[in-house]
Amino acid sequence: MFKKILIANRGEIACRVIKTARKMGIKTVAVYSDADRNALHVKMADEAVHIGASPAAQSYIVIDKIMDAVRQTGAEAVHPGYGFLSENMNFAAALEAAGVVFIGPPSPAIEAMGDKITSKKLAQEAGVSTVPGYMGLIADGDEAVKISGQIGYPVMIKASAGGGGKGMRIAWSEGEVKEGFESSKNEAAASFGDDRIFIEKFVTQPRHIEIQVLADQHGNCVYLHERECSIQRRNQKVIEEAPSPFLDEATRKAMGEQACALAKAVGYTSAGTVEFIVDGARNFYFLEMNTRLQVEHPVTELITGVDLVEQMIRVAAGEPLPFKQEDLKINGWAMESRLYAEDPYRNFLPSIGRLTRYRPPVESSTPDAVVRNDTGVFEGGEISMYYDPMIAKLCTWAPTRLGAIEEMRLALDTFEVEGIGHNLPFVGAVMDHPRFVSGNITTAFIAEEYPDGFQGATLTEGTLRRVAAAAAAMHRVAEIRRTRISGRLGNHERHVGDDWVVALQGESHAVTIAADPDGATVTFEDGSQHRVTSDWVPGQSLARLDVDGTPLVLKVGKIPQGFRLRLRGADLKVHVRSPRQAELAALMPEKMPPDTSKFLLCPMPGLIVKINVAEGDEVQEGQALATVEAMKMENILRAERKGIVKKVAASPGASLRVDEVIMEFE
Amino acid sequence: MKDILQQLEDRRADARLGGGQRRIDAQHAKGKLTARERIELLLDEGSFEEFDMFVRHRCTDFGMQEDRPAGDGVVTGWGTINGRMVYVFSQDFTVFGGSLSETHAQKICKIMDMAMQNGAPVIGINDSGGARIQEGVASLAGYADVFQRNIMASGVVPQISLIMGPCAGGAVYSPAMTDFIFMVKDTSYMFVTGPDVVKTVTNEIVTAEELGGASTHTRKSSVADGAFENDVEALAEVRRLFDFLPLNNREKAPVRPFFDEPGRIEDSLDTLIPDNPNQPYDMRELILKTADEGDFYEIQKDFAGNIITGFIRIEGQTVGVVANQPMVLAGCLDIDSSRKAARFVRFCDAFEVPILTFVDVPGFLPGTGQEYGGVIKHGAKLLFAYGEATVPKVTVITRKAYGGAYDVMASKHLRGDFNYAWPTAEIAVMGAKGAVEILYRSELGEPEKIAARVKDYEDRFANPFVAAEKGFIDEVIQPRSTRKRVARAFASLRSKKLTNPWKKHDNIPL
Repeated sequence: MFKKILIANRGEIACRVIKTARKMGIKTVAVYSDADRNALHVKMADEAVHIGASPAAQSYIVIDKIMDAVRQTGAEAVHPGYGFLSENMNFAAALEAAGVVFIGPPSPAIEAMGDKITSKKLAQEAGVSTVPGYMGLIADGDEAVKISGQIGYPVMIKASAGGGGKGMRIAWSEGEVKEGFESSKNEAAASFGDDRIFIEKFVTQPRHIEIQVLADQHGNCVYLHERECSIQRRNQKVIEEAPSPFLDEATRKAMGEQACALAKAVGYTSAGTVEFIVDGARNFYFLEMNTRLQVEHPVTELITGVDLVEQMIRVAAGEPLPFKQEDLKINGWAMESRLYAEDPYRNFLPSIGRLTRYRPPVESSTPDAVVRNDTGVFEGGEISMYYDPMIAKLCTWAPTRLGAIEEMRLALDTFEVEGIGHNLPFVGAVMDHPRFVSGNITTAFIAEEYPDGFQGATLTEGTLRRVAAAAAAMHRVAEIRRTRISGRLGNHERHVGDDWVVALQGESHAVTIAADPDGATVTFEDGSQHRVTSDWVPGQSLARLDVDGTPLVLKVGKIPQGFRLRLRGADLKVHVRSPRQAELAALMPEKMPPDTSKFLLCPMPGLIVKINVAEGDEVQEGQALATVEAMKMENILRAERKGIVKKVAASPGASLRVDEVIMEFE
Repeated sequence: MKDILQQLEDRRADARLGGGQRRIDAQHAKGKLTARERIELLLDEGSFEEFDMFVRHRCTDFGMQEDRPAGDGVVTGWGTINGRMVYVFSQDFTVFGGSLSETHAQKICKIMDMAMQNGAPVIGINDSGGARIQEGVASLAGYADVFQRNIMASGVVPQISLIMGPCAGGAVYSPAMTDFIFMVKDTSYMFVTGPDVVKTVTNEIVTAEELGGASTHTRKSSVADGAFENDVEALAEVRRLFDFLPLNNREKAPVRPFFDEPGRIEDSLDTLIPDNPNQPYDMRELILKTADEGDFYEIQKDFAGNIITGFIRIEGQTVGVVANQPMVLAGCLDIDSSRKAARFVRFCDAFEVPILTFVDVPGFLPGTGQEYGGVIKHGAKLLFAYGEATVPKVTVITRKAYGGAYDVMASKHLRGDFNYAWPTAEIAVMGAKGAVEILYRSELGEPEKIAARVKDYEDRFANPFVAAEKGFIDEVIQPRSTRKRVARAFASLRSKKLTNPWKKHDNIPL
C-alpha cells in the first residue's frame, strides 16, 4: 500500500479523500492556490504545497505544477478528485511516465470515453444500449433532415465537443432540424472550435440514472447499482438519490451488466460511472461514461457500505476487489442535496463572500438514520469566485425513501449558513414538493415546477399553524425575560399576558397560551390546540421545538415585534402582538415596497469600474449601462428594457452594497 | 353619591375622546394613532397613570373661550416599560392640531419636573402643528419653559423624542435637546421653517418630506437617530431601546438575564481580517459576535456609516459600542463620523454606560471639504468626549490605528482602562508607504529601494508589538477570544471610580 498520496484537488472532495486516506494510514499531501491558503483541505492534510495563483488555470489544472508538488513531497500516487485534471489523459500519462500511480483508470480508457462520438461507438460495440442516432459527420441541413426522418422525431441536435447545453437543439419537425443544425454548428464552432454535429433521438420524460462501476487490475468488474440524478437545474445536478425510485430489478441488472461490459471493453479500472438516460417506459440509453469519482458518490456508499475512495486507492495499489457482484446489495435509501452558493431568490446568481455563520447538522449514524455532510468550508471561511460554488453535499440515509427524505428535511432545517446567498431554501422546498416525494420526476422537474424561478416555498396550512403556535410560545418566553430587567418598580411589575395575536403570511391567528413547566399549550380561536415544548431561549438562532409530538426546527431571526422564521424553503415574517397591539397595528397603512423597476441596482457588492451612459441618454434593451467589479470579475450590467437615464447615482470608483442604486430611469 | 362617581366617569370619557371621533378617524386615516393609543403601546399594559386630564386652556381671545376641551391637546403622566418607571407626554393632534398653549406646556413641565425629581426618563411623543397662535407670546413662553427643562434634565435623566406627525418651528428645539430622536417614515417631519416660508424667502421649492422627513433627518442632517415604518413599530422599538438605558445618572445601566456564554469563543473571528490590507470587512460582524445573543441596537444607522454606534449587552449589562467601519470610506474619521460618535460617547458617559471601542482607522479624511468644514474642531469633539469620559472604557484595535486617529479612538493615553489589540493590528503614525515616502524622500526615484524600505517599515511597525512594548497596548489578544476578554475586562471595571476635576462645565469645542 502507498505510504503517501497527493490529492490534486481542493474543497470538499479533497477533504473527503484525505479522510479515507487517513483511515487507511496513508499520509496525505494537499495542493493549494493563493485563494485557498486557509482552506480546510490544507489544514486537514499532513503536508500542503502551494501551486500558484487563484485561477484554476494557473494552479489546479497546471500539470507541471502538480508534478512538481509530487516530486517535492515524494507522493507515490495521486488522487485527482473530480473536475480539474481528473479526466485529463495527459495528466494520467504524465504520472505514469514519472512512475507515479494515478488513482483512476488507465489513460487510454480516459481517452476512449472522453469523446462523445467515440464513446458511443465503443458502447454500441460492447452491446450497450445507445440512443438511436447518426454518428457520422453530417454535411448539411438537408442531410440532417434525412437522418432525422430515419431516427424519428423528436430529435436532438448536439455538438460533438459540447457540454453544458451549448450547441444543443431539440427539433420536432423538418424545419426545426434545418434551423437547429445551422445554429448548433455555428455555436459549436464559436464555443469549442469544433463544429462537428451529431443527431440522435430525443428521449421524452427523461430521467438521468447512472451506474457506478468498480473494476480492478485483475479483470474483475462490479456495479454498485444506480443513482438517480434527475433533479437538475440547467444540467447542474442538485439532488441525487440511490437507488432510483423508478428502476425495477430487471432494468437495474441489465443496466449494471451493460455498464460492466463497457468498462471491460475499454480496459477500465478504478471507479467509474456510466450515465444513462431512461425514458418513461424504462428504455435506457447510454449517455457517457465519467472516468472518475462522481460528486454524488456518497449516496452509493450509503446504500452499499462500500468506501469508493478506499477501493480506488486499493485498486490503484494493485489489490483485487474484496467483493463479488452478488455481495453488493442495496440497503435502504440515500439522498444527497448539493448546497450551492447560489441565491435562489435572485435567479440562482452565484454569491460569494464570507461565511459569517456555517453550522452544518451534526453527522450521525444509527441503524435508523445516517446524516453525512461532505464539506470543504468552515465558519469564517470565504466562498471565492474562482471555483465551483458548491459549499457542501448533505446526505441522509434511512431504510426507506420517505425516511431518507424526512431525515433530509430535518437536516436542512438545522443547517445554518449566513453571509452569502445559498440554495438551502430551494432544496428544502423540493424535499417538500409532492411530485418529488412521489418519485415521479424527470430531468425537467425544476424547469416544469419552478418555471418562473423560486420565490420561496408555500407551506401547508397545518405547518403554518404549527409555526404560529411555536412563535407565540417563543415570543412569550422572550417577553417574560424582558420583565426580569433590573431597576423595576417593586410590586408594580409588568404581567405578561396569555393572549396573543400571531400574524404570518397575511393571516392573523388569535391564540391563548397556557404555559406549564414542561411547555405550552397554544389554543387557537377555532379551539384547535397545539402542544409546544422546546428548550429554546432568546437569542438562539436555531429553535428545535416539538410541536404535537413531531419535531419542528426553525431558523430564528429578530424583527420588530416578532421573528423572521425560516424552514422548509419558506422565509416568514411572523409578528406576535398583544391583542391591543394587533388591533392598532391593523390601522397601520400597508406600505408597498418601493418600485425598483425604474432603478438599476447593484446586483452584488462591488466596485463601479465604469458608467457607460450619461443622464438624459436613451438606452436600448441589452445596452451596457455600467460595469461592476466584484472580486476581480467585471460584470457588465445591461438595460432590461428601453428607457431614458434620469439620474446616475454612482460614479466610477464607488464601492456599492447589494441593491444600492446605480442609476434611475424616467 | 353614585351620580357623583358617575360624573367622574363621564368627564373621563369626554377627556379621552380628545378632539372627537371625527378627528380620531381622520388621524387613523392618515395612518397615525391617537395620543392615548400611542401611550398604550409605549407603556406596559394598564400601567399608565395620567396627570392633568382636566386641564383646560385659559385663552379668551378669538373666541377660544367657547372651545375648552379637557386635557388641552396633550396627554401626560407616567407608567412603566417592562416594570421600569418612565414619564411620558403625548401630543394630541385631534385637539387644536396638538398646538402648544400655555397650559399644554405647563402639563409637560409638570411631568418633566417629576421625572427629574424621581429619577426616571422622559419620553415625549410629538405630533403638533406648532404654537397655539391664539395665545401669542404665552405659547412662546410655554415652549421656552419646556426648553429650559430639557436643558436641566439633560444628563440627569434620559430623554427620548418620538416624532409622529408635524414638528415645526420653535417646537423642534425641544426634541433637539433630548438624547434621542426617532421618526416615523412618511407621517412625520421636522423643520425650523416649512416649505411655504422657504419658497417665499429663497424661492426654493421643496416638499415637507424632502425638507424634513424621516429620510432627510436620518441620512442627511443626522437630526434623527432612527426611523421606523409606522407608529406601532416605532413604539415597540423605543420600548426595546428603553431596556438598554439607565433610569437616571445616579444609577448603573440595567442588567437583565442573558442566555449567552460570557466566555464564548468565536473561531471565525480569526479570519475576519482579510489577507489584503486594503480589502474591507464588515465590522458589524465583530459587534454581533461580541454582543450577548447578537443583539445590537444601532443609533444613527443611516448616517456617517464609516463609524458605527449603538448599544449591546455583555453579561446582561448595557455597553455602548463605537466602531470604525472599514466598509465605508475605509473607516476613516471625518466631520460627520466624529460628531456622530462624540455625541454617542457623551451620552454613555453621562449615564454611566461603559464604552467598548473597536478600532480600524486609517486616519482622518483629507481634503478642502473637510478642512473648510472645520474637521479640526469636529474631530476634537470625539477626542474631547473620549478624554473626559470616566466610565469603563475597553478598546480593541483590530487592524489599522494610524496617526492622530489612533489617539482619538479611546487610546490608552485617553484613560482607556483596557486597550487590547489583535495580532493583525498596525499601530503607527501612518501607513508604511506614506511613511517611507517622507523618511526616504531622496530615494523616491528608485522603486526597488523604496519597496525594500516599505517592507522594512512594515516589518518593524505594522504590528501591535511596538505599542505593546511601551505599554500602550495592555495585551495582544486572539480575535476568537474577543468576547471573553472584553467581558472579563468590563467585569473587573464594575466598581470603577474616576472623577474629573471640579468645574462649572467644560468647554467642549462645539
